[in-house]
Amino acid sequence: MGITRRRALIGAALSVTLMAAGCSSSDSDSEGTEAAATTVTDADVEAALQKGGSLTVWAWDTTIKPVSEAFMKKYPNVKINVVNAGTGNDQYTALQNAITAGTGIPDVAQIEYFALPQFALAKSVVDLNTFGAKSLDGTFTPGTWNNVHSGEAIYGFPIDSGPMALFYNKEVFDKHKIAVPTTWEEYATAAETLHKADAKSYITSDSGDAGFTTSLIWQAGGKPYTVDGTNLTINFADDAGSQKFATTWQKMIDAKVFSPAVGWTDEWFKGLADGSIASLVTGAWMPSNLEGSAAAGKGKWRVAPMPQWETGGKATAESGGSSLAIPEKSENKNIAYGFLKYAAVTEGVQMRIDNGAFPATTKELAAPEFLNKEFEYFGGQKINEILSASASEVVTGWNYLPFQVYANSIYGDTVGKAYLGQSTLAEGLKAWQDSSVKYGTEQGFTVK
Amino acid sequence: MTRRSWIGWQFTGPFLAVFALVFLAPIGYSAYLSVYRTQLVGGTAFVGIDNYTKALSDPQFWEAITRVALFLLVQVPVMLILALLIALAIDSGRLYGASFFRISVFLPYAVPSVVAALMWGFMYGTNFGLIGNINEALGTAIPNPLAPEWILTAIGNIVTWEFIGYNMIILYSGLKVVDTSLYEAAAIDGAGEWRIIRAIKLPALRGPIVVATIFSIVGSFQLFNEPQILDSLAPNSITTYFTPNIYAYQLSFAGQQVNYSATIALIMGVTTMVIAYLFQRRSMKGAGS
Amino acid sequence: MTAPTIRPAARAPKAGKKKNSRSLSLTAVTAIAVVYTLLPLFWLVVSATKSQEKLFDSFGLWFANDFSLFDNIADTFAYQDGIFGRWLLNTLVYVVIGAGGATLLASLAGYGLAKFDFIGRKAVFAIVLGGIAVPPTVLAVPTFLMFAKLGLTDTAWAIIIPSLVSPFGLYLMWTYATEAVPKEILESARVDGSGEFRTFFSLALPLLAPGAVTVLLFNIVATWNNFFLPLIMLKDSELYPLTLGLYTWSRQANTVGGEVVFNLVVTGALITIIPLITAFLLLQRYWQSGLSAGSVKQ
Repeated sequence: MGITRRRALIGAALSVTLMAAGCSSSDSDSEGTEAAATTVTDADVEAALQKGGSLTVWAWDTTIKPVSEAFMKKYPNVKINVVNAGTGNDQYTALQNAITAGTGIPDVAQIEYFALPQFALAKSVVDLNTFGAKSLDGTFTPGTWNNVHSGEAIYGFPIDSGPMALFYNKEVFDKHKIAVPTTWEEYATAAETLHKADAKSYITSDSGDAGFTTSLIWQAGGKPYTVDGTNLTINFADDAGSQKFATTWQKMIDAKVFSPAVGWTDEWFKGLADGSIASLVTGAWMPSNLEGSAAAGKGKWRVAPMPQWETGGKATAESGGSSLAIPEKSENKNIAYGFLKYAAVTEGVQMRIDNGAFPATTKELAAPEFLNKEFEYFGGQKINEILSASASEVVTGWNYLPFQVYANSIYGDTVGKAYLGQSTLAEGLKAWQDSSVKYGTEQGFTVK
Repeated sequence: MTRRSWIGWQFTGPFLAVFALVFLAPIGYSAYLSVYRTQLVGGTAFVGIDNYTKALSDPQFWEAITRVALFLLVQVPVMLILALLIALAIDSGRLYGASFFRISVFLPYAVPSVVAALMWGFMYGTNFGLIGNINEALGTAIPNPLAPEWILTAIGNIVTWEFIGYNMIILYSGLKVVDTSLYEAAAIDGAGEWRIIRAIKLPALRGPIVVATIFSIVGSFQLFNEPQILDSLAPNSITTYFTPNIYAYQLSFAGQQVNYSATIALIMGVTTMVIAYLFQRRSMKGAGS
Repeated sequence: MTAPTIRPAARAPKAGKKKNSRSLSLTAVTAIAVVYTLLPLFWLVVSATKSQEKLFDSFGLWFANDFSLFDNIADTFAYQDGIFGRWLLNTLVYVVIGAGGATLLASLAGYGLAKFDFIGRKAVFAIVLGGIAVPPTVLAVPTFLMFAKLGLTDTAWAIIIPSLVSPFGLYLMWTYATEAVPKEILESARVDGSGEFRTFFSLALPLLAPGAVTVLLFNIVATWNNFFLPLIMLKDSELYPLTLGLYTWSRQANTVGGEVVFNLVVTGALITIIPLITAFLLLQRYWQSGLSAGSVKQ
C-alpha cells in the first residue's frame, strides 16, 4: 500500500526554500515567506503553562513520552496525552484527514522534514514567529533550521537529524579482508568482493527506497527538484547528480550484490544481526535501532564517514529527521509552544539523547560528553565524532517537493521496477519524474 | 397506511435507519464528491463528469481491474472446485472421522484476514521463513512467492486458505438437504457414485454454488487486506494500483484526491453489483425456476 | 426474481440412511486438504513458543530448544503497559454490541419483511440486495468524512455503528423467517390480543433461533476481523481492536528506537484467533445445525 509504504524516516531535509508554503490558492504569492509578527511573549506562554490545560501530542518517536512526563511534573496543571497515530506516512494521512474533517486535530504533531512543506503549503501549521521563534537562530544546525523554514516563516522545531554515515560490520569486513570504502567506486568493488567470497553475504540491502535514493542524489550534488512558489521543476533525466547515482547503482543492481531482504522487515533485521547484511549507509539515528533490534551484532559494528562520489570529497546528505509542529486548529497554542520549546530546545533535548535520539541542536552536538561517549555496541568507538562531523558537511541547496509524501508513495511503482530488473534505474527515475509531473500539474502547480 | 403496514415499518425501521446512515448516505456523498475536483493549488471546482471520463481512460485503473478480473477467473473456480470436492467427500459417508475433516477445513475461516496475511507473510520468507527452511532442508528451489510474477498466486493462496472452509460448509449444507430417497432409488437402479453425484448432487447444489460464487465475486473485487499487509514485505511487487480498492485508498489518502477516489469507488461498486446481478440472473434462468 | 433462499430443515436425519463402506484412500486424499488448512495454524502455534531470536534461527515447523510460549504470552500482555489486554477487551465490546446488535436488527427487519405486507417492501428488497454487492471498503472514505463531521471518528461508535448493519444477515433472516414462522401461530396470537412485538419476542424469536445463531456467528467473525474501518477511523491506540493493534506492532520496527517484536506479533496472532476457534468448536452443534437446517437452497 502506497500510503504505508516504505520508511519515511528516510525522508530528509528540504532546505532553504519552503517557499511553496506561501502560495496556496487564496494567498498572494510571497506571503508565506514573510515572518508573522510576534504576538505572544514568553511571559504569556509561561502564564498559560502555569494556568494549565490539556494537550494532545501525535508522535511515534518513543522518546517523546518520557519528555512529556517530565514536562507534566514541571507544570502540574498541564495534562499531555501522547498518541501514536501511526509512523510517518500513516500519521500524515491521519493528520491530513483530521484537518480535512476539521475535527480531532492534535495540538502538537511530529512531522518529518520532507513532509512539512505539504502542511505549510496549506497553512495547516502555525508560523512560530508568532511566538518570537526567530530569536532561536543559531540554536539548531543550519541544515535542520533551514528545514523548518519557509522563507522567513518557521513551521516547526527540529527534534532530530539524520546526517548520513557508513555503518559496517567490522568482523565481516576483516574476515574477507575488505578495506572500509571511502568512495562509492570502492564500495561497489567491496560489494562484489564480499558476495564472491561468500554467496550468502551482501554488502547491504537495497530493494529501492525513495528516501535513500534522494539522499544519495543529494550527496552527489543533484538538484532534481526546484521549488519556487507554485512553480516546480522535476527533472532526474538531465540532472548530473541523479545520473551519477543511477550509473553507479545500476552496476551494483546488475551484479546482484544487494541482499533481497526488504528494509525494516524481520528478514532484514536478521541479516543485520547475523552479518549477512554487512553495511548500511544511513542516518545518524540508526545506532539505537541496531542496538535494539540487531542485538547479536553487538561489538561487531563500526561507523565510518559516508563514501564519497569524488576521491577525497567531504560531502554528506541527510536522511530522515523530524520536527514538532503546532496545527493551526489547536486550541492550546500557547501551551503547545511551551512544550515544543521544552522538547526541542531546553531540558527535553538531553532526555531524548539519553534515550537514543540524535539531536539537531548545535550546543549538544558540540558538547564534549556527547562527542566522547563510547558505544559498546560499536566496540567502544566514539561514533558521535563521525556523525557530528557529517552533520556539518551536508550539501546545501537541496529541495523537496511540496507533495513529497505522495511522490515517495509512487516510488515503488516506478523506480521499483529497476530493482526487479524490469527496467533500468535511469528509466525508472524518468518514470518517477513523469508521474510526479503529472500529479503536480493535476494539483494546480506549474511544473516543468 | 394500514395498521399492519405501519407495524411492518416498525420492525424494519431500525435496520433501515442504520442502513441509510452507513450505506446510502456515503454512496450519495460519493456521488456528490465525484463531480468536483479539489487541488492543492487552486481549491475546489465543479467538473461534471470529468472524473468519470478520466477513470475510463486511466491505464492504472484498468490494470487494477484486469488484475482482479484475472484473480476472479482463476482463484474463484479453483477454490470453489476444491471446496466442492471436499464437501462431496465428506458427504459421501465414506470418510473416517468425517466431522474432524469438516471442522478442520473450516477453521481458517475463523482467522482474521490480517492475521492470515501476517502469518503467510512470515512463512513466505525465502531467507528465514518457512519457504527458506524448506528450500534449505530439502534442497528444493521454490521461487520467492513475493516476486512480482508470483505475488498474485501467493495472494490467491492466502484467500483460498481463508475461504475454502467457508465455501465447503455452504456446499455441504446444500448436500444435506437432498432427499435421501433419491439416493436409494438411484442405488436400486444400479447407479454408481459418480452418476449419483452428476445426476442428483450437482443439480441440487446449483443454488449454493451460485451464492458462493456471488460472494467470491464481491470478495475478489474488494481485495485489499492481503495485498496491503504483504506490501511491506514486497513493496516493488505490489503497486499503489494493485487492486481497485488499493488504488482508491492510495488516491484518497496519499494523493489527497478524494474526488477521484470517490469516483473510482462508485464505478467499482456499480460494476460489482451489475456483475453479481447478471451472474445470478443467468445461472437462475438455466435452472428453469 | 428468483433468488436463492434459505429453508428450514427439508429433511430430518433419517435413521435408515444407506451406510457406505468407508474408504481409506478417499480419507487419505481428503487429508491433504486438512494438511493444507491446518499446517499454517500449526506453524503459528510452534512459532508462538519461540523467542525473537529462535523465530529466525530454527526450523519453522518444529519447536526450538527454548520453550518461550509462556514468556511470550506474559510479554504480549505486559508490553506497552499492557495495551494488548485493552485491545482484547475492545474487540470483545465491538463484537458483543456490533454483532449482537446486527443480529437483533436483522432478525427484527427480516421478520418484519417476511410477515407483514407493507408499502415499500419491494423497494427495501432491491436496495438491500444491492447493499450486499457494495464493497464496504468502497464506502470507507466518504463514511470517514461524514463521521468526522458528526464528531464520531476516533470513538468506539465509529466502529460499532457500521457493524450494526449486515445486509446479508437481513437477507438470511428474511428467507428463514418466511419458512420457519407459520402464519397460523401469529394469527392465533393476534386473536389472543398479544402485541406484535410481544409475539415476536415470545413466539417468533425461539423459532428463528437456529437462523439467528448462524447469522450471529457470521457477524461475530466479520466484526472480529474488522480491519479497514478501524484503520481509517481510529487514531487512539486505546480504542484499537486486536487486528489493528497487531498490525501496528508488526510495523513499529520502522522507527527510531522502535523495537522489533515479531515474537509478540506471532503470539498475539495466536491469542487473537483462539477465542474465535473456541467459539466455533463449542458452538459447533448450533451453527452446523443452523446451517443445515437453514441450508441455502434454491
